[in-house]
Amino acid sequence: MSTAIDPNAIGAPLPGGAPASAAGSRLSARVRGVRPAVALSVLFLALIVIAAIVPSLLTKGDPLGVNLAHSLQSPSLEFPFGTDQSGRSVYTRVIYGARESVLIGLGATAVGLGLAALLGVAAGLGGKVVDGGINRLLEVLFSFPGLLLALFLVAVFGSGVSTQIIAVGIASAPGYARMIRGQVLQVKGADYVIASKALGHPPSRTLFKNILPNAFRPLVVLATLGVGQSIVWASALSFLGLGVAPPAPEWGAMLDAGKDYIQTAWWLTLFPGAAIVAFTLAASCLGRYLQRRIEGETY
Amino acid sequence: MSSATPSITHGGALEAPPRRRLPWQTAVKRVLGAIVVLWAAATLCFVLQELSPGDPAIAILGGSGARPTEQQLEQTNERYGLNDPVLERYGRFISNLATGDLGTSYQYKQPVTTLISEQVGPTLVLIFVSTALAWVIAVPLTLLTAGRGRARSSFGSGLEAFFAGVPPYWLGLVLLVVFAFELGWFPVTGGTSPDALLLPALTLALPLAGFLGQVTRDEFDRGLKQPFAISARTRGASENEVRRRHVLRHAMLPGITLTGWAIGATISGAVLVEIIYARPGLGQVLVNAVSNQDLPVVVGVTMLVALIYVVVNLLVDLLYVIVDPRLRTAGRAA
Repeated sequence: MSTAIDPNAIGAPLPGGAPASAAGSRLSARVRGVRPAVALSVLFLALIVIAAIVPSLLTKGDPLGVNLAHSLQSPSLEFPFGTDQSGRSVYTRVIYGARESVLIGLGATAVGLGLAALLGVAAGLGGKVVDGGINRLLEVLFSFPGLLLALFLVAVFGSGVSTQIIAVGIASAPGYARMIRGQVLQVKGADYVIASKALGHPPSRTLFKNILPNAFRPLVVLATLGVGQSIVWASALSFLGLGVAPPAPEWGAMLDAGKDYIQTAWWLTLFPGAAIVAFTLAASCLGRYLQRRIEGETY
Repeated sequence: MSSATPSITHGGALEAPPRRRLPWQTAVKRVLGAIVVLWAAATLCFVLQELSPGDPAIAILGGSGARPTEQQLEQTNERYGLNDPVLERYGRFISNLATGDLGTSYQYKQPVTTLISEQVGPTLVLIFVSTALAWVIAVPLTLLTAGRGRARSSFGSGLEAFFAGVPPYWLGLVLLVVFAFELGWFPVTGGTSPDALLLPALTLALPLAGFLGQVTRDEFDRGLKQPFAISARTRGASENEVRRRHVLRHAMLPGITLTGWAIGATISGAVLVEIIYARPGLGQVLVNAVSNQDLPVVVGVTMLVALIYVVVNLLVDLLYVIVDPRLRTAGRAA
């Protein structure tokens, strides 16, 4: 199966890269200690990606097909995650929900990082006045907690999937912007940038060939960590009934619909919630692993 | 003694004493900075409100479903001053805010201040109790597991990573099912009685404890190797004493700063937790207002939260000086 290849593809260079020297064996022991968790994360994320692209590979059912004869059944062989009040298989819905949940998470992260890159680079390169102004703006945005800012935007622009993506994206931007700004400032003073200027390269070349690629490298890590967080906050909006509307199979909306039956049917909330938790944990595990590798490469 | 001359007592040979401003000067500066942040936050709220595609007059008259007549709309615009130029409305908004007037709810036609002040109590209690509970959970966990061998350390940090990553709404639902429905230890919903507070507070406290624990553990591991820890050991202090009395104090500092910073996330979580446990508070008010596009209430709650955030972070700076004796002596020496 294609999923089985992925963890090895990432894990393989590590044992080979650390031969049995004294310091090397300690390092490889540490890496080996982490690997099962990382491998498991990659496996799970690969599974989610498959579910998002071709859900029919993992389940034969219809996420919206109502069958009242099967309503509110507890988990069984036929319905591994049980069924909801309309007799729809929760397992099928969780699988189909991957697409919407992951797309919203990715979209929100893209909006957040894009906005943050704009602000962060402008602050890092724009000189004292621009930097000061953007810093003040970020400070103000920090005094609105993420979910509250997102709720505010939903109140202003009305609820819906696109508002959900934009609201979560904007709410997560200040944190990213601050990190990107720091990175740009750090890269701006690096020797290779000074060298590029000394060689007489035009500023645009220094910017696009030297500063931006290096300043954006840690974004890989931020994006991985960010998708998990975005999914958490986006499904929080759905959970409050302000995002994806309930019949659609989105994890947060499923939680919202399931909470009305929580006293009798715990499986309606347990499994979609577990999908969110597992996705977040897997994303942050992979993100930290990438962080260690990138830091190992550059420093 | 002038602050510029290095003092012998401060170890002038090693480092110059930190140059610090007089405490009250710093305090005044911080308070002014906080006011500027609040003013900017209010301005941002106003701008966002202006960007709203909806017509406030329609919202006031009960939404587009109510089909208000042209004349009603005109009257509402007149009464709420919605036809005035932008700058005039902005000036009125800011001066009203400064006097504590948050406007009138579109939905309830009541002053927003009344709505909020009726509901703010339970939310503040919840936030305060869960922050305290988070520390009560995080500190022993760090003391018992940090720097105590691989197995214990990774058990502690694994637990912390799990709770730091769990979304509060799901944790809330799980705790509700297990402790309220299955075991029946706690009341299911409602009320502000102390036993109805524990589950919601725990829901908020566990993720916060996970987050604080992670930070405290890092600093704790570093603290165990600090000169003050070594010197305490050479003076014959037992390992437990070193950990409890010296290293822990050092390790709590970043956590304290981050508690102020995390108050935002805790408030976000409180909104969700109040919905899950059907607990009265700002969460219900806010979510209700957002789904009905009752902007004055949303702005009011948002401004209140920004105020709490700013005040808590001012207090955190003070607490910092109390916990870290190094800052205190530096302050007195100046």
